[in-house]
Amino acid sequence: MTESTLVAGQVFNGISVASILLLAALGLALSFGLMRVINMAHGEMLMMGGYISYLATSLFGKEPGFFVGLLAAFIGTALFGALLEVTLIRRLYGRPLDTLLATWGVSLILQQAARSIFGPIGVEVTAPSWLAGSLAVGGTALTGFAIPAVRVFIIVLAALVLGGVAYVLTRTPIGLYVRAVHQNRAMAEALGTNTRLVDLAVFSLGTGIAGLAGAALALIAPVTPTVGQSYIVYAFLVVIVGGLGSLTGTLFAALLVGLFSALAQIFTSVSTSDVLLLVAVIAFIQFRPRGIVARSSRALEAEV
Amino acid sequence: MLTRASSARRSAVAAAVAILFSTTALPTSAASDTVKVGVLQSLTGTMAISEVTVKNAELLAIDQINAKGGVLGKQIVPVVEDGASDPAMFAQKAQKLIQQDDVVTVFGGWTSASRKAMLPVFERFHALLWYPVQFEGNECSPDIMYSGAQPNQQILPALQWAEEKGYKSIFLLGSDYVFPRTANLILRKHIIHDGDTVAGEEYVPLGGTDFSAVISKIKLAKPEIVFNTLNGDSNVSFFKQMAAAGLPSSKLPVMSFSIAEQEAKAIGPSLLAGSYAAWNYFQSLPDPANKKFVAAYQAKYPGQPVDDPMAHGYLDVYAWAAAVKKAGTFDPAKVAKAASTLTLADVGLGETKFVNNLSLSQTAYVGELEPDGQFKILWSSKAPVAPIPYDPLSFPGKTCVH
Repeated sequence: MTESTLVAGQVFNGISVASILLLAALGLALSFGLMRVINMAHGEMLMMGGYISYLATSLFGKEPGFFVGLLAAFIGTALFGALLEVTLIRRLYGRPLDTLLATWGVSLILQQAARSIFGPIGVEVTAPSWLAGSLAVGGTALTGFAIPAVRVFIIVLAALVLGGVAYVLTRTPIGLYVRAVHQNRAMAEALGTNTRLVDLAVFSLGTGIAGLAGAALALIAPVTPTVGQSYIVYAFLVVIVGGLGSLTGTLFAALLVGLFSALAQIFTSVSTSDVLLLVAVIAFIQFRPRGIVARSSRALEAEV
Repeated sequence: MLTRASSARRSAVAAAVAILFSTTALPTSAASDTVKVGVLQSLTGTMAISEVTVKNAELLAIDQINAKGGVLGKQIVPVVEDGASDPAMFAQKAQKLIQQDDVVTVFGGWTSASRKAMLPVFERFHALLWYPVQFEGNECSPDIMYSGAQPNQQILPALQWAEEKGYKSIFLLGSDYVFPRTANLILRKHIIHDGDTVAGEEYVPLGGTDFSAVISKIKLAKPEIVFNTLNGDSNVSFFKQMAAAGLPSSKLPVMSFSIAEQEAKAIGPSLLAGSYAAWNYFQSLPDPANKKFVAAYQAKYPGQPVDDPMAHGYLDVYAWAAAVKKAGTFDPAKVAKAASTLTLADVGLGETKFVNNLSLSQTAYVGELEPDGQFKILWSSKAPVAPIPYDPLSFPGKTCVH
């Protein structure tokens, strides 16, 4: 591998990291943007997705099990999200600090539940064989730069999810309601929109995406009771940099954060690049406190 | 009259006190058939995965010694405390064990942070701690028995093995905390001293899950072997992503310093198969005393693997009991002194001996992980390696003598 393939490799890695961040942050961006709910248990939705994927692969075998797992993770965590919304979140609307505390409690409960059910030791999800390989560019695996199939898969999945969410939000009647509530909750309600139902749908969709992300990320990272914690901080970073509730902003923020850390890692260690990233984000929100895409949402302005 | 009355009253009080003392003395004389020791490991929190098994091994040794009549005619009563993966809690519980429970010694600790937190407590009370885990050295307390490997007993033998195998270019990768940083500092000095090259040195935050950049750098550096001091779950991500990037252990060997049988089981042996590890004990050691230890442990905990820190926890209890017998007393200073005159050959690690710096002289091994989660032993130091707390190349002029 030469210096130039290292840079090319890091650009690919940056996009790969961005796709992971996008999957982890998308659900958070949706619920945070629309409902101003700071869901501290979002990381545990990823964790739950990972365990569902593990259950599916051990029930149905590697090949079909993995796809069953993706689907089951999406549906399972979406249902759990719906339950959480009805029993807890709904009762705390307009009290962001209280939701923060309550969902943090949920996060602890879920971590302990995973520990009690599956044990403190992580479980293993193995990739289907066609995802295990890699494509070597410019030499052999050792000398050249390899594009692992599993990372390509995650990039494609992230793109599909982003496209799907964008389609739902802009092209379907449900999306119309969501945008209406986002722009002006009181007015939408006055015109007969069932805002509670919209909130429920968006929150479930958000947790469902997190579950899907967790099932996919199980291919490259561990599935342990505490794995959600390693994603949640970066997911929040992306949401804050991207601007509340903006899909375009979330996409660009994920790319920015992913490429920034991947390229910084050419020159420094992983630890130092994390520090640089946080410094850069702090500097960035000094100048653009409302993120890349500052939405002119009346609902948000009323509260800010 | 007055004075006489008051003196009579005083003598009545004295008699009452005497009676009280004699009655309280009764249970103590009965209790003198037992002696209390502390067992202080994390039973909750992130370290519980590793430390609970060490606690089990320590309790097994105590049970076995009790079954054979105890020490100095007394049955050992373990007082188990939870360090909760929190160094401050370790210090607090150590003090509680010493002051409140009156234990004669304590077995425990795992992370260097927990040991550093307990050290001032043991030094203040001149109590004795038995520490079972390999560590970065660089410490020399008269009140701690270090049975886990010093760097020259684990890391440097692994380097010696790699050099004998002809690996000349080594990449150092670790989690970002004290053990990997110090281990790599020592390794770097020795690699350069031996005329080999450090292909690169990288650290990832504890719990880090993305290794894409690190793997690119490994490819750029083209090392012949990776020395891995990553801790815990990070290993899952590292090995998975190495395999996905076309670099499984069969193509680029990895030597790990924090993956023993327990961790291999947690991470998934199939993922790690073919990678190397350096320890001073493997469950697969053919030693007959080890076979007995493994059998006894698995009789109590069926199917559970046994590993290096557990074997050291087990050894610590036996070493303490032997030293108490030799010293004829439970006094910590005398026990520590007696321990460094004894050779222990029958607890599973082969011939071992505490030396005058209170660390354990022991054999170093290199093993290759097999898909069943056990290590095939590839190499061992010809004789037990004497412990050196301060590496002379990295920390010249510092010695540890008590």
